[in-house]
Amino acid sequence: MIRLALVLILFALRAGAGPLAPEAVAHYGPAGAPSPLLVRGTTDIALFAPVLRAFATANPLVRIDYEQWGSNELYQAAAKACAGLFAAADLVISSAVDQQVKLVNDGCTQAHRSAATTALHEDRNWRDEVFGITREPAVMVYNRRLVPPAEAPRSRFDLLDLLRPEGSRYAGRVATYDIGQSGLGYLFAFADSQQATTFGSLMEAFGRTHAVATCCSAEIIDGVASGRYLIAYNVLGSYALARAARDPELVVVAPEDYTLILSRAALIPKEARHPATAGRFVDFMLSPAGRQALRATRLIVDPPDLDGEASGGGDGRNATLLRPVPLSPVLLVGLDRQRRERFIALWRKTFQQP
Amino acid sequence: MSLKADPVVPPTLSLTGRLATTLALVFALGGLAVALAAFAYGRHAAQQSYDRLLIGAANQIAESITIHDGQVLVDLPVAAFQLLSLAPQDRIAYAVLGPDGKVITGYDGLTPPPKGQSFSNSTFTGDPMRLAEVRRRFAERSFSGTVTVIVGQTTRARAELAWQITRGALVAAALAGCVIVLLAIFAVRSSLRPLRRIERALAARAAQDLTSIDVAVPAEIESLVATLNRFIARLDRQFTTMRTLIADTSHQLRTPIAALRVQAELAAGEQDPERLRTILSRIHDRAAGLGRLTDQLLNHALIIHRADSAPLDAIDLRTVAIRAAEETDHDLFSTGAELELDLPEEEVPCAADALSLVEAMKNLAANALRHGGAPVRLFVRATPEGQVIGTRDSGPGIPEAHWTDAATRYARKTGVSPRSAGLGLAIVAAVARAHGGTLRFAKPAAGGFEVAIHLPPASAPPTQGAAQGLAQVPAPGE
Repeated sequence: MIRLALVLILFALRAGAGPLAPEAVAHYGPAGAPSPLLVRGTTDIALFAPVLRAFATANPLVRIDYEQWGSNELYQAAAKACAGLFAAADLVISSAVDQQVKLVNDGCTQAHRSAATTALHEDRNWRDEVFGITREPAVMVYNRRLVPPAEAPRSRFDLLDLLRPEGSRYAGRVATYDIGQSGLGYLFAFADSQQATTFGSLMEAFGRTHAVATCCSAEIIDGVASGRYLIAYNVLGSYALARAARDPELVVVAPEDYTLILSRAALIPKEARHPATAGRFVDFMLSPAGRQALRATRLIVDPPDLDGEASGGGDGRNATLLRPVPLSPVLLVGLDRQRRERFIALWRKTFQQP
Repeated sequence: MSLKADPVVPPTLSLTGRLATTLALVFALGGLAVALAAFAYGRHAAQQSYDRLLIGAANQIAESITIHDGQVLVDLPVAAFQLLSLAPQDRIAYAVLGPDGKVITGYDGLTPPPKGQSFSNSTFTGDPMRLAEVRRRFAERSFSGTVTVIVGQTTRARAELAWQITRGALVAAALAGCVIVLLAIFAVRSSLRPLRRIERALAARAAQDLTSIDVAVPAEIESLVATLNRFIARLDRQFTTMRTLIADTSHQLRTPIAALRVQAELAAGEQDPERLRTILSRIHDRAAGLGRLTDQLLNHALIIHRADSAPLDAIDLRTVAIRAAEETDHDLFSTGAELELDLPEEEVPCAADALSLVEAMKNLAANALRHGGAPVRLFVRATPEGQVIGTRDSGPGIPEAHWTDAATRYARKTGVSPRSAGLGLAIVAAVARAHGGTLRFAKPAAGGFEVAIHLPPASAPPTQGAAQGLAQVPAPGE
């Protein structure tokens, strides 16, 4: 009876909130378990299924409901849950780590301490409340069939060189995220703007050559595969590598000047009903078995030429090339209302140049 | 002398125990004070350093504010947040408020510090938070007014730093305390060492050794050693007195007893009743002389003992003369001379032992009555040099050549006469010495012979003394 009422309330809330609903849902573990662990994430079910299944196998009594959300909707849902206006999940895993950090900063989470979380590098653990689970580089993707080896870009400087000549055939055929639509694209662009002066040159080159800003990872990679785009810039490595595994014509490049490394962030909301189980799932994802499952779908990437810990370990040369996006309150700057509006406005102005 | 089975005086707390208790108390109080001070200081230091971070970040944000077309634009600087990230575990809240108090960007619902203050304490979703405020005034053509920047941060790092500083200070204080305790133990042991030296020196000396303790000691216990030495000296004097008494007694008694025995033997062999009566009369004289001698010897011993131990009372010297005159048995003296008193009208106060002075005067009176010529007078005088009490007679007295040794024992070559042991002047001299005075002989211009004890002026009680018994004696002139 209570459950029915709860479900009704849930539906009512969802109906009232309009778009606040998952894109897809999947279930793992025993079907009849009374109180499932509710995990909400931005990761595609296909990519996240192995680690969920592995956890369900290791914990046969736990039933897991996984909901796949868009990153902005997921943040809104979590923020509403924090204010008590929406049903809270037990675990929220998002690639929009800045939004995750804001949830922590706003006091919407609870701490989880274990041997696994204590061992995490400080870039991947803030206040024991948000944890970096994956290691995904921001990459460039090109089509082997259409880009000759001599022109294959290996760094941002190579990309700038390809776009520089008047009437370059790459003009209008380089694609990247529309940062107004994609939280991830905004995060990468903002991180780029903090990293190096190449960002200004890239913006200028993208604007001059009418580069394409579009919505989603899948769309961009499809475009490269079909030949509509020649090069994709700042695509999330996990999607690109998964696609390249099926399509031999796609080549994934970690830029040699520096590579941004994103670590999908997991947090346990303050109102979670199963915080202990959620903590166990976090520990599992950080354990060797969990990392193995994440590696299978390239959510943890160890490029042979970029070995060493993405979190800043390894030898000096690699450490300077790999720039992890740290889980720290500095990310709040990018979320500042005024700053964000101006950054996006600048971006749009660049991409709408005639 | 009686033997005590066990000392009944309970031992007081040992010096080490007292020092340990005092030190423990001092350390407990000091430690508490240090802990409180360290905590206050730690909190203050942590507050100050992290307040500077807050103000620094707020200033950076204020710097980034520009006015564009009458609009306030905030280009939130990453550096400000990197600065705040120096407190890595703390959550951040910030807001930029326009002149109307409306939020331009940042968090809604932050309360700025009260007017006139840069900082305030608040809470941020359940955690304590410290807020800092920086104001920036603009006077542009399109915009005029004050923009307020508020930056807040939870207080985890502050608490951590305060605790670290406190802990550091406490560890340092504890170490210092340990060092002080060690030094204190060392100081106590080294300052108690002289006492052990005295103890060893006393334990090592022979039973008959009554010389003073000659051990180097610090000034603090010098008085103890001096007191001990005075005690030993008194003991030594009393032993000497005892020895002298025994020697005197055996020396003085031997001859008259031998004479008595000879007379008794003579009497045993005498048939003639007339001569037997004569011998018996001699035996009686000898026995009476022996009795007086014994009296005098015991008096001498008693007075010398008293001189060393009896406390001096405030007395009137005239009463001494009166008592001496009353106790002198005139009939003993064949001369039949009368004893007269020559006393001043005024009281003659002095600090003295009445009993020994009376005995001394009786001796002098007996000498004068026996050997001097009438009239014999007991007189008391008060002079600027001190008080004088003595006898005067009109006889020739002792020749001046014998004055210096007259007062020593066995001065008279004749030794012991049947009637006197010759100890009289020795006793008087001892009494005079015990009072710090002298025995003097004189032949006054008016003729006759004078023997007197001159007491020093110091022996007169002060006019307004507070010593016990003094009140009975009115000051001179009253």
